[in-house]
Amino acid sequence: MKPRTRRFAWIAAGLAALAAAAALVLNAFQSNLVFFFTPTQVASREAPQGRAFRIGGLVEAGSLKRDPDSLTVRFRVTDTAQTIPVSYTGLLPDLFKEGKGVVAQGTLGPDGVFHATEVLAKHDENYMPPEAKAAVESAHKGMTMKSLHEPGR
Amino acid sequence: MIPELGHFALILALLVALVQASVPLTGAALDEPRLMSVARPAARTQALLVALAFGCLAWAFVSNDFSVQNVASNSNSELPLHYRFAATWGSHEGSLLLWTLMLGGWSFAVTLFSRNLPPPLLARVISIMGLISVGFLLFLLLTSNPFDRLIPPAAEGRDLNPLLQDPGMVFHPPLLYMGYVGFSVAFSFAIAALLGGRLDATWARWSRPWTTVAWSFLTIGIALGSGWAYYTLGWGGWWFWDPVENASFMPWLVGTALIHSLAVTEKRGAFKSWTVLLAIVAFSLSLVGTFLVRSGVLTSVHAFATDPARGVFILAFLAIVIGGSLALFAWRAANVGLGGTFGAMSRESMLLANNILLAVAMASVLLGTLYPLFLDALNLGKISVGPPYFDAVFYPLMAPAVFLMGVGPIARWRRAPLPELWTRLKWALGVGAATALILPFVLGRWSPMIAFGLFLAAWVFAATAASLVARVKGSHRGGILSALRANSLSYYGMLLAHLGVGVFIAGVTLVKGYEVERDVRLDLGENVAVGGYEFKFLGVKPGPGPNYRALTGTVEVRKDGRLIETLKPEKRIYNVSGQPMTIAAIDTGFLGDLYVSLGEPVSGSVDNIAGAWGVRVYIKPFVDWIWMGAFLMALGGFLAVSDRRYRLAIGRRAAAVAAVAPAAAAAD
Repeated sequence: MKPRTRRFAWIAAGLAALAAAAALVLNAFQSNLVFFFTPTQVASREAPQGRAFRIGGLVEAGSLKRDPDSLTVRFRVTDTAQTIPVSYTGLLPDLFKEGKGVVAQGTLGPDGVFHATEVLAKHDENYMPPEAKAAVESAHKGMTMKSLHEPGR
Repeated sequence: MIPELGHFALILALLVALVQASVPLTGAALDEPRLMSVARPAARTQALLVALAFGCLAWAFVSNDFSVQNVASNSNSELPLHYRFAATWGSHEGSLLLWTLMLGGWSFAVTLFSRNLPPPLLARVISIMGLISVGFLLFLLLTSNPFDRLIPPAAEGRDLNPLLQDPGMVFHPPLLYMGYVGFSVAFSFAIAALLGGRLDATWARWSRPWTTVAWSFLTIGIALGSGWAYYTLGWGGWWFWDPVENASFMPWLVGTALIHSLAVTEKRGAFKSWTVLLAIVAFSLSLVGTFLVRSGVLTSVHAFATDPARGVFILAFLAIVIGGSLALFAWRAANVGLGGTFGAMSRESMLLANNILLAVAMASVLLGTLYPLFLDALNLGKISVGPPYFDAVFYPLMAPAVFLMGVGPIARWRRAPLPELWTRLKWALGVGAATALILPFVLGRWSPMIAFGLFLAAWVFAATAASLVARVKGSHRGGILSALRANSLSYYGMLLAHLGVGVFIAGVTLVKGYEVERDVRLDLGENVAVGGYEFKFLGVKPGPGPNYRALTGTVEVRKDGRLIETLKPEKRIYNVSGQPMTIAAIDTGFLGDLYVSLGEPVSGSVDNIAGAWGVRVYIKPFVDWIWMGAFLMALGGFLAVSDRRYRLAIGRRAAAVAAVAPAAAAAD
């Protein structure tokens, strides 16, 4: 091979490898994105059935129920407009509390119960998970917008 | 008074840094030795002033001076002394001051170990480090002054976040920052070379030890952080692909590429532009990482908007440093030249492939880390990118890199014929294959992933040994001992670091393959069998701690009826913040850990601590090999730089330079 052809072969091989890596990365990226939905969005059936996603909001006060013989807990997540029942088997994080913010990842069952595989808490008592905060805020915005629009209708 | 002294020292440091950033650089441009000679004293004075400021802040923390805002928000008089000291870098302001202190420290070190550097190069390096100092000092003074007073003073501090009250907090941030900031030296050398237009093997030899030391510190820093997460977060994970972790891991990946690329530039004069680019990118990622973690964008991109001054400053600083250096690179890289040629099968080509794999891996981590932030910033919805993405991308990219790691040290420079590689490495391949086929059965269960991981680990061990054997056989000296002694320390450093990678891979494979994680509900006196061990829960007792109340559980571990360990996991409630914390109890062993942590009381009310508890019972085989591997890598790095060759070679070359330009040497 002439040096020139060889260099061309090198560059071609390098580009092919990079293309393969890019394909691998983007494919994995596509199939592993976890989307976030607020309880209001879940209630209006915007969330997918069967695919994992995250919900966030506040743990409704007085909603936490423990199964007496196992580690299964049930609680409700609210964005102050809508609530979603959640069931989870496992140990809750330290900062999980009624009335505090929470984010859960899992799938929505046909019965409308969100089956969480993971309940997330963050590292600080005063800190609200950003998704949970956004959910509550957007629900508030929705309500004020509704109350502004509805009288006119 | 003391906080004002610290504030004043910071202002003086900024003024000195301005001199350090401008005068030597001008001197180098005008070829004026007197201006260049300002570099050393300016850098040292600046470093000492920042150290004084840091000492003042530490004093304010240690002496509980709650009239300082930063102390009042992040410390408390109940806090034990060592955590009050560590709280100095517990806040945004304090950690930036630590960063600046590290930068001063590295600049000081450059002035100490540069006696043989040509003065214009030293002047440029010191000036560029001074420019970075100016940026950080301005940021501190304009937007994040750690010495701001609180009027009227608080009677008591709000306490350090309980998660940070851990020995990890004392060691992890300083070591991590040593690494992060250490890349500023390689960066400054690269920019200085671009400015001066002289980039050769000597330049690579000068920047190599600095890069390796920084990389070694970064390795230890990341490993400490990972170990800290493993035992404090209470759920036994050692890496979460969390944005904060990724922020430290990206510079590490590029730093690893840089170390290897520098080796080629030094030995063969090749990859010059690529090396310079890597040096720029490594430090840029350190900067991006610092700001990602410290600016609050990760908690919410919109947190930026709550303090626009900080956000705008950060973006402007990043734009200037990264944009400026990349622009300089684009402008001057053509002058740098490509260097030596090499064949398709050669040590160079393998190192190049390795470099590309590392760079692509870094890019994929960057994508996964930043994409959710971009979407959120543009209000396009909230998403998260979890461990499955990183696992799916990272392992396939690293596997070939690890394979090449075995071949590289044996391959010859320029041309490494395949038959020769095959002769030398076929038995290493055999060892790998045999391990992959047999060892999983011995350990309990064969699966393709376990087999592949063990193959890679065994391959690394065997190929590293093969490299040593080839060296000894190829040596013309008499005995084995003298042949071993003939090899350089940097060669042994490389072997040790590669062995560390093997140990790390073995640890990851075995813990992922054979770990058992059970979350169970345990009544008083109840037994649970996990992975061949019996765990008996003997209840929870309250007790006091220095600044918390503790609930301590007792769990007896038996194997074949024999008591082997009593574990005491803890739940703590911190007095000041009321925040709960889980402290796992871990029986650490060479072959693996037994890990027990308390969840919460699960019989009726949460206050019923005498009843049943949710308990995490984990068996983590070989998990400590992960950190052992990382420490071996770092140790390898330190061993490599202690090679006499660097000092001797620098001395010899500098003598040659000095003979040509006695005036320059006299200016020192």
